[in-house]
Amino acid sequence: MSTHDEPSRNVVDERHPLPDPGVEEHLPRLTDVDESRAKRAERQAAFLFALVPVLAIAFVVCYFAIPKTWSVDFGPLQANALHMALGLTLGASVLCIGLGAIHWARTLMADHEMVEERHPAHSSDEDREAALVEINKGIDESAVTRRKMLIRALGGAGLVAIPAVVLLADLGPWPTKQKRQETIERTIWAPEVDPNTNEIVQYRYLVNGITYKRIKASDIRVGQLVNAEPENLQDLHGKDHQVEKAKSALIVVRMDPQSIKIPDSRKDWQVGGILAYSKICTHVGCPISLWEQQTHHLLCPCHQSTFDLGDSGVVVFGPAARSLPQLPIAIDDEGYLYATSDFTVPVGPSYFERDSRDDFKKGDN
Amino acid sequence: MARPVSTDAPDSTTVETPDRPEQLGPVFKAAAGPAKWADERLGIAGLARSNLRKVFPDHWSFLLGEIALYAFIICLLSGVFLTLWFRPSMAEIEYEGSYQLLRGLPMSEAYASTIELSFDIRGGLLMRQIHHWGALLFIAAMFAHMLRVFFTGAFRKPRELNWLLGVGLIAIGMIEGFAGYSLPDDLLSGTGLRFVDGLVRSIPVVGTWLEFLVFGGEFPGDIIVARLYIAHVLLIPGIILGLIAAHLALVVYHKHTQFPGPGRTEKNVVGYPLFPVYMAKAGGFFFIVFGAIILMSATMQINPVWKYGAYNPEQVTAGSQPDWYMGWVEGAVRIMPGWESHIGGTTWSWNVFLPAVVLMGLLFTVMGVYPFIEQWVTKDKSEHHLLERPRNNPTRTAFGIAAMSCYAMFWLGGGNDIIATQFHVSLNAVTYFLRAAVFVVPVIAFIVTKRICISLQRSDIDRLLHGAESGIIDRSPEGGYAERHVPVSDEEAFMLTEHQPRKVAELEAGEDETGVSTGKGGLKERMRVKASGFYYADQPEKLTSEELAEAKAHILGHEDHAELESNAHANGSQSEDSQSEDSQSDEITAGEDEQAGTTPS
Repeated sequence: MSTHDEPSRNVVDERHPLPDPGVEEHLPRLTDVDESRAKRAERQAAFLFALVPVLAIAFVVCYFAIPKTWSVDFGPLQANALHMALGLTLGASVLCIGLGAIHWARTLMADHEMVEERHPAHSSDEDREAALVEINKGIDESAVTRRKMLIRALGGAGLVAIPAVVLLADLGPWPTKQKRQETIERTIWAPEVDPNTNEIVQYRYLVNGITYKRIKASDIRVGQLVNAEPENLQDLHGKDHQVEKAKSALIVVRMDPQSIKIPDSRKDWQVGGILAYSKICTHVGCPISLWEQQTHHLLCPCHQSTFDLGDSGVVVFGPAARSLPQLPIAIDDEGYLYATSDFTVPVGPSYFERDSRDDFKKGDN
Repeated sequence: MARPVSTDAPDSTTVETPDRPEQLGPVFKAAAGPAKWADERLGIAGLARSNLRKVFPDHWSFLLGEIALYAFIICLLSGVFLTLWFRPSMAEIEYEGSYQLLRGLPMSEAYASTIELSFDIRGGLLMRQIHHWGALLFIAAMFAHMLRVFFTGAFRKPRELNWLLGVGLIAIGMIEGFAGYSLPDDLLSGTGLRFVDGLVRSIPVVGTWLEFLVFGGEFPGDIIVARLYIAHVLLIPGIILGLIAAHLALVVYHKHTQFPGPGRTEKNVVGYPLFPVYMAKAGGFFFIVFGAIILMSATMQINPVWKYGAYNPEQVTAGSQPDWYMGWVEGAVRIMPGWESHIGGTTWSWNVFLPAVVLMGLLFTVMGVYPFIEQWVTKDKSEHHLLERPRNNPTRTAFGIAAMSCYAMFWLGGGNDIIATQFHVSLNAVTYFLRAAVFVVPVIAFIVTKRICISLQRSDIDRLLHGAESGIIDRSPEGGYAERHVPVSDEEAFMLTEHQPRKVAELEAGEDETGVSTGKGGLKERMRVKASGFYYADQPEKLTSEELAEAKAHILGHEDHAELESNAHANGSQSEDSQSEDSQSDEITAGEDEQAGTTPS
């Protein structure tokens, strides 16, 4: 504050124990004292500016002359010729404008340092008072001080913001309990049920994610991991296809039954050491895919959560908190694998309303 | 530009005052007509008169904010081009374009049009890469600018509001960048959206509701790209433009800060005029930034979406990472332990909510409140236009470095898999190390930085009290050698003594209105005094003018001085480690301080 009270120059105080020697003396540049240097600098800047139209024309020529399919090789690297030519000519021409302008400013424009006084950010006391007077006048003339009802009513009118917010309510469906059960809490692995008799009419077969061919148990060797999808996924297209795939993606692994732990409650969920797990990480939903055959660990490449598929999918490392959901599978007469039911818990990342008490925990049986 | 290295400059300053009025004559005449026409309608002469020759100080670090501004303009320009072809639709189509490897595959229109832009539109790939490099640079430059402002104390009164505008710009800029790289709907951007879906879901109580509202239902749905698109091209850039306008208006109103130096005070600004010097320099700099980005885009590939393939929720690439500015959040999510609470039928997903949502909020909150906390501790209500050299505010500098080191540890976490595979170390070990490092490293960084700053201050004091090295070695009659010291120039001495003195708060026993003693302050005041003690701890006292005058006389006058110095140096060289040398200089400083205390001032 004290710094605004008096001119600081040559005043010595606690803040400034030494007098201000003032702005340094100006040193002339070579271009200031030597006209030939100045001429040279002028030529250099002018040359840079002159390059601009040349490069701009080169850009246009390249645009029309170079076929889109040409490529240039730089040893191990390869580039599209048109892309490079356009970029280099345009980049260089734009750069030349800048280099020329700055060269001009640095060598030929006057470089005397100027001193400008500052003013405090606040307005003068006089202005403040005058402003207050004006505000008071305005308030007075608006009659709000006498007619309180107006202000109260106007405050109520502020509630007009509510419709604006309510209008956003239809941005998406509301995840009510019923809606959750229809969406994030079920997958298309659920067997098809006759709505009248409540009997299962069609189990969902495991198919290869690319060929959509049913997966035969005998085709999976010990140690192998296969990506699978429900057979009925191919009936869906567009949005539905993506949404269902994001939940039903499956990994099927075959491990030596002697080397893994199968809890009693899940004895019927596997076929001779073939187990099926959700591919969607319980952390934030990345598809898990890095399989360590010897340890039976499955690692998520996004955040490195690691699950032990030899122990019902429990977490052994990383930020995930819940076991990978396991899908109960069985084998039909012809040797093909199918899901005997939907996942018993919701797949994918956690959400507030998720009942996580039924998830498999290490040591469960 | 013209800072002399020594004061004995040749007295030729009059040589190069060019007779400009005569040179400008013809231009002036030609412009007179249009200028008059414009002024009669817009009244711009008054504006031009007060602003054309506005003075800006010169320093390389003042260009960082400019880079951010220019990168944003470049993104606007290249972005307009991209909107002419990009189709923000998630409708499924079969790709029939010229890129052979994807032909016949189902993909969204958004992805197909991005591939088309990259291969079939001449210059499309260049524009895409300009846009992406520009965006990365925009955020990088904002962070660098923010650090410059922080470490030099440029956020102090009257610029706190501009600091807040800047914090808002960084926060919104990051969202803008994220929205942008989520648009192409390729495998990488879809994975990023999957992450955001998990992040939104993890918010207690309202998470699922927000997820359904944002994605229009279940992930991925078919509307998120269209929604992000309008936010990315209209809503957020509009907000950014408004914030930038306010940010710049305040810079003009407050006038730019300047570093301490001769002739530079809290009440003036020393530099070059806007017209012509800064118009040429800043305008030229825009083209240099633009040119550099174009050349980068021509030669350095970024986000080759055709290599990743269309988004498929059952695929992911190992090594998937977000753009750099989201890396620290990604890292925090990776190194977080898997904590989750299952209370009744609910799930509290701390393992995602804390590192993603809370941590990001924490960063911007700390950034936003810092100026006000510092002001509360120092009780400093005066205006500041002179920047502080980082060493002169050791606690702030140390805090900034600690925060940066914490950020860096989180950021390393975002690449823990790459570190593990490239350096052949255990991924688990890297993760466990970082879990501790995010807490330990900032503390170490704080202590080390603070000591370095204080040492630098002492070296400044040493230079003022004992002069600068002259390079001349004297041999004493006894055979000892000592370097002769000369006083530093007046300019340097002024610059080195222009910082604020330390003012440790002290508890004052107050009295209330009735004259009853209120004791030694309330709890709040006691906390403030504690904080103030911490803030100023170990900082050397500022030299007084008497001490400086005495020291100068001492260096110039004393014949014995060289001898004293040589003894001191001999002692120093005998000691076994540098620590004792340091403590010795402590003693010297402390001695001077005592002397100062006894000198009547």
